[in-house]
Amino acid sequence: MDEILQKIMNSLDEGEEEQISLLVQQALDNGFEPMTILEDALVPAMAQVGEKFACGEYFLPNLIVSAEAMKRAMTILEPLMRQRQQILKRTGVAVIGTVQGDIHEIGKTLVGTMLSVNGFEVHDLGVDVAPEKFVLAVTETGADLLGLSALLTTTMMVQRDVIQKLQEAGIRKQVKVMVGGAPVTRAWADEIGADGYAEDAIGAVEVARRLLGAGEII
Amino acid sequence: MRHTILSVVDPKIRVSVLDEDEIRRIHTATLDVLETVGVRFPSEKALSILEAHGARVDYQSMIAKIPGAVVEEYLLKAPSMYTLCGLEPEFDLPLDGKHSYLGTDGCGVEIIDAFTQEKRLSTKSDVSDVGRVADALPEIAFHWVPLSAQDCPVESRGLHELDAIWNVSGKHLQTESIVSEREMRFAVEMAALLAGGREALRRRPVLSIMECTISPLCHDAGSLEAGLVAAESGLPVGFMTMASCASTGPATLAGNLVVGNAEVLSALVLMQMAYPGCPVYYAAAQTATDLRTGAYTGGGPADYLFGAATNLLADFYHVPLSMGAFATGAKQPDWQAGVDNSLSAFMAASTGADMLLGAGLLHGSRIFSYEELLMDSEIWNMLCATLCGIVVDDQTLALEAIRQVGPGGHYLSHRHTLKHMRELWQPTLMDRRPYSVWEERRDGAREWAREKAQRILREHPGRRLEDGLRSELARIIALAEQRS
Repeated sequence: MDEILQKIMNSLDEGEEEQISLLVQQALDNGFEPMTILEDALVPAMAQVGEKFACGEYFLPNLIVSAEAMKRAMTILEPLMRQRQQILKRTGVAVIGTVQGDIHEIGKTLVGTMLSVNGFEVHDLGVDVAPEKFVLAVTETGADLLGLSALLTTTMMVQRDVIQKLQEAGIRKQVKVMVGGAPVTRAWADEIGADGYAEDAIGAVEVARRLLGAGEII
Repeated sequence: MRHTILSVVDPKIRVSVLDEDEIRRIHTATLDVLETVGVRFPSEKALSILEAHGARVDYQSMIAKIPGAVVEEYLLKAPSMYTLCGLEPEFDLPLDGKHSYLGTDGCGVEIIDAFTQEKRLSTKSDVSDVGRVADALPEIAFHWVPLSAQDCPVESRGLHELDAIWNVSGKHLQTESIVSEREMRFAVEMAALLAGGREALRRRPVLSIMECTISPLCHDAGSLEAGLVAAESGLPVGFMTMASCASTGPATLAGNLVVGNAEVLSALVLMQMAYPGCPVYYAAAQTATDLRTGAYTGGGPADYLFGAATNLLADFYHVPLSMGAFATGAKQPDWQAGVDNSLSAFMAASTGADMLLGAGLLHGSRIFSYEELLMDSEIWNMLCATLCGIVVDDQTLALEAIRQVGPGGHYLSHRHTLKHMRELWQPTLMDRRPYSVWEERRDGAREWAREKAQRILREHPGRRLEDGLRSELARIIALAEQRS
């Protein structure tokens, strides 16, 4: 393997965001195609990080810094690939956010990061998001997945409101709805008619892929 | 497997259950008992040593009354620090007042089989198997003879137990099951063989000896004489009291401490009279008698308090302590075992007990369980992390990271986290999985502990002794069996 691609793989493994930008730029300057950088360096390196996490060698922070490095590299590569009319294979389009009245952010952001390195196009609406905003975003992006986060027993009620608003707008069937957050249980997810539920970010990716009929996670 | 030993080092958390005045009162009361009540030494050899060094001896009742001044004089001769040695120096355990080490418990008579889960009488091969698992666990610093080799002849059983462990592990070995002068002579010979001669053994004691007292205020002839043989060879010798509140000791904890203290001190003084300066240690596993059955309970607040108090006494006398901790009375590795073993080990380690005994036995040190051994090791692992306390310095205060993350961000992906997260304690048996994962599998610590033990038993052969030494050990044991 070319030395520069190996370096990109190493910096992704270590989650070196600054370094990976420089290296990706350098590889492009050396004449590497964006698709080659993606498929021969970034994707296998991310898969390796996933394996290290699965066998217990890596912890959640490792996963996140590598995912962030991946995202950083993609901000350089994506526009170039678009110019070349190369279409990225997407697992799906996801809209996520923390529901109205709730400003807890970390869990939701984590799920977004994990979804995005697993091939999802992620539209993160942030926190304290009104039900109407979710509906609008789903319509505009044509999302196949909607992730609703709530950290309080009081705000998790809004998850139900969002699902109702989707029904009213007549788009409930075109999008899979996932709910999450500390007080959320499988029983609650069933009660409000959500399609999926997971307790952590890793589980969320698995559920999302299953809902959309995609295969193993990387 | 990596050869590391996990010990508590210089704990920041220090528990104190007795103040200086209280320790002194226990000491004074003990001297009173030794001088006016006396202790029974049913051994002419022991009695004559005691008499020659200032004790008042009645050969009829075999009771020796030792004046307080004599007790204090001879206790001063005991070294306060020395090292328990492994077959290799990497396993050496300095008893320097800064370390606490965990050993396996002993000496059980039944074992729950690692593969069939059947409970049965223990054999020599069980001693060897437990020795291998203990060898593989960094939490276990030294071996006690965990189980009785009941398929071996009574007169050489203790030697077979040493043989079983030395054939699979280089960690220090402390035996609590050799209680006759004759068998001890062979044990010393075996140890000298491995150390490279008698003088080398004196410098590097690869074996230490634990003898029991017989509460209240008695000794056993065989144990005393075996102890004297070991002391003569420079093997560290300890005497353990198991005085039990309301039966073999007074109902009150302080009174029980006095009785136990008198027993242990009288034996240590005897060793110093016979071989001044020989390495000795204090040992104790007092408990409270169960008031309904009269049984030795193992566990409960009395045990926890004894665990902390006894080390204060051992420190007062400047000798190391081997403390009975863990050793729950529970019948299986359950809630009771977890509570007992965590609290007793915490109390003993937080006062700086040098050696803790021990991991792996249930039902008051009678039934060995691999699951329990692994769970006790995890408890020890947690205690080692807990007792270190909190490090406060520029790095750990993390001001730079706090500035960079600011209000509302998160530390998950900060470099400071990546640098320091591995300092956070990680469980191997505690269940921190998502609920749904547990719901699906319904497994937990017991299953994982069993699997880990099975894996070690399948994959870890232990340290193989060279063939020449193996056959020499066997020859010494054969000799012991021949002459008897």
